Amino acid sequence: MCLAVPGKIESIDGDTGVVNIEGNRVHAMISLVPEARVGDWVLVHAGLAVTVMSEADAAETLNLMREKYAVDEP
Amino acid sequence: MNDADKILLAHGGGGELTAKLVSEVIFAGLGDAALGSLDDAAVLDICGPQAVKTSRSEAGRGAAAAPRLAFTTDSFVVKPLFFPGGDVGRLAVCGTVNDLSMRGARPLFLSLAFIIEEGLEIGVLRRVVASAAAAAREAGVKVATGDTKVVERGAADGLFINTAGVGSVPEGVEISLSGARPGDEILVSGPVGNHAIAVLAQREGLAFETTVESDVRPLNRQVEMLIASVGVGVHVLNDPTRGGLAACLNTIAASGGVGIEVDEASIPVDSSVAFASEMLGLDVLELANEGKFVAVVARGSAKKALDALQNQGQTPISRPAIIGHVTNGRGVTLVTASGGRRILEMPYGEDAPRIC
Amino acid sequence: MPSTSLESLHADVAAARELAAKIPRPVTLMEVCGTHTVAICKSGLRDLLPKEIRLISGPGCPVCVSTQGYIDACMELAASGKVTLATYGDMLRVPGTKLSLAEARARGADVRVVYSALDALTLARAHRDSAVVFVAVGFETTAPATALAVKSADAEGLRNFHVLVSHKRIIPAMAALVAAPDLSIDGFICPGHVSVIIGPESYHAIAKAGRPCVIAGFEGADVARAVRMILEQITAGRSDVENEYSRAVKPGGNPKALKLFNDVFEVADEDWRGLGVIPASGFALKGKYRTFDALTAYGVTIRPAPEPKGCLCGQVVRGAVDPEDCALFGTGCTPAHPIGPCMVSREGSCAAHYKYARRAAG
Repeated sequence: MCLAVPGKIESIDGDTGVVNIEGNRVHAMISLVPEARVGDWVLVHAGLAVTVMSEADAAETLNLMREKYAVDEP
Repeated sequence: MNDADKILLAHGGGGELTAKLVSEVIFAGLGDAALGSLDDAAVLDICGPQAVKTSRSEAGRGAAAAPRLAFTTDSFVVKPLFFPGGDVGRLAVCGTVNDLSMRGARPLFLSLAFIIEEGLEIGVLRRVVASAAAAAREAGVKVATGDTKVVERGAADGLFINTAGVGSVPEGVEISLSGARPGDEILVSGPVGNHAIAVLAQREGLAFETTVESDVRPLNRQVEMLIASVGVGVHVLNDPTRGGLAACLNTIAASGGVGIEVDEASIPVDSSVAFASEMLGLDVLELANEGKFVAVVARGSAKKALDALQNQGQTPISRPAIIGHVTNGRGVTLVTASGGRRILEMPYGEDAPRIC
Repeated sequence: MPSTSLESLHADVAAARELAAKIPRPVTLMEVCGTHTVAICKSGLRDLLPKEIRLISGPGCPVCVSTQGYIDACMELAASGKVTLATYGDMLRVPGTKLSLAEARARGADVRVVYSALDALTLARAHRDSAVVFVAVGFETTAPATALAVKSADAEGLRNFHVLVSHKRIIPAMAALVAAPDLSIDGFICPGHVSVIIGPESYHAIAKAGRPCVIAGFEGADVARAVRMILEQITAGRSDVENEYSRAVKPGGNPKALKLFNDVFEVADEDWRGLGVIPASGFALKGKYRTFDALTAYGVTIRPAPEPKGCLCGQVVRGAVDPEDCALFGTGCTPAHPIGPCMVSREGSCAAHYKYARRAAG
């Protein structure tokens, strides 16, 4: 229920953005992160971006998640 | 289960509820009219007295090498009909071919029966048929017979396909679900979860596009190479379709009366699939695959098996891996990436309806 | 905060073991987030920690803390034939007094699984001739999406979209548990994504009541680090709020989300399974947004309903009873035949224990 994954904003159109999460393009509302720009990393929860993250912080989360299985290079 | 109970979607999930339905209603109802095997394909001796050759002791005994027939049936109700990497036509052929392959059989002939909803565009049917034809050529099988029915609008969802398939089982090949023995090693032929994610991403209400494609493909050539290399050391083959790797491993453990231990960190998963599952709150180990298989091989043969799989022309979907071994215990235990242990349970069956 | 990795998980577990040895009694740490419940079970972390460190689950599963009366109200709407009920998948199999939503669907009710309030809104926009009702459960992580959906529906003049709001606020529940005389919780592993919204400051009152609060991320390494941090506080005689998940949780939380709550919701008393009515622990639609309330629009009332016979979910969500101590666990109550919501929801304590931890020795 509280699942959220970091992704990179590829484009913004008004209130929504397309966020790229390891090859998955998610349409997310960005109303809660008005400071976010194209190229920024955001944490996406069920179609809603809830916070901006630094690239380093996003990478740390993604790496931790990758450590579960034998995940290939993205 | 009482007569007045209703069938739930979860009864089709390939997990615990499906097993219950099959056992308590279908097998119980068929009684001695059925052979009673749970394998995806039955291996039959059609020349001699009616007998199912599933016991290892029959292998190689006696000169009478009457070919054994492998026989399977399947139905395809995937929604939507077209998804990245495939469609219901390709799925129908590959799914049937693969069920035969999982008994070590050489797939030969298929039947193809269409149940079509009134109102479906002819063009859609043409595309599905073309796709099935291409898959059949790829697998080296022929469609030998078929049927076509049309039902009124609303009575079927676009198109359902039912198939049956026959193949020949070479002498000495004794591969069945119940063949796992303590000490055996377990491999998976490549990354898991791709098919389910590709299909789920197309469903209404999921606002995400993904680069993930279904892995649907015929497995017979890979399996033939594996058996050519490892021979009678191949004890079990099973494709993790509905219910994913979790259902597959639990079925193998239960059938063989053995335990299984797998190493989470060695299970291959594509990055995009891992994150899509995370986003959707799904367990990637419970997601369906249509172009992968699990092989249980005799202790000491895993490396040879891996080489056989890795050297048949690397394609992007091929990352075979040794993921665990068979134990004396019961059930399936997962050693997590952090070294803790937990159960890998048989899935309930609700997560992804109409996945194949 | 230093970065975490699988290597550091083992270092943190070793450190936690040493710290626990200095504490003369066993330590009970509670998480209050269903996603943490699952993450902890899936990571196998309990297996690695010494017995003296007890990790228990609290009322962090939104489906599990929904009352029987609320479930029945959802059922009533579904069975009325007037609406398309859009719900999270987890709600589908929770047994109502008569039926579950899955059973209602099998009998012809229009029930659809969605992943978010915004998906439900998309459904309403795409099917103007259907009346969509979204079952809005969840804590402060999911409440903003519901608020946004309602705001958008209002701005668009959408008439066929309503919500059955039961969003809950976690802090009042934590306070109630701290005050409960029969429970002894030594510290809280605080929910990472709820904290993204409400900010670390929200937990000060709990820490002041003598319970160290550490906000944690959702990987095994995150939780191991948080456990170590709580034990460091306990052995040092401190009780503060700390943030292990600083890569996502910032001071002040998300101000836009908090303003959105103020626009669309008012804080209200909320009834929790097992905890009863807790003042100011929920959200209700306010002002002009009340027209989107499904109960009013469809004339449905939430009536108190008894919990299923023998069901201890109410005690499990308080952390008073361990799932495996319930007489029904694994016998009369299994994921295939659940009696209560804790065994149904993916994030329910009983389901997580049954699925991942039961007889895990292998």
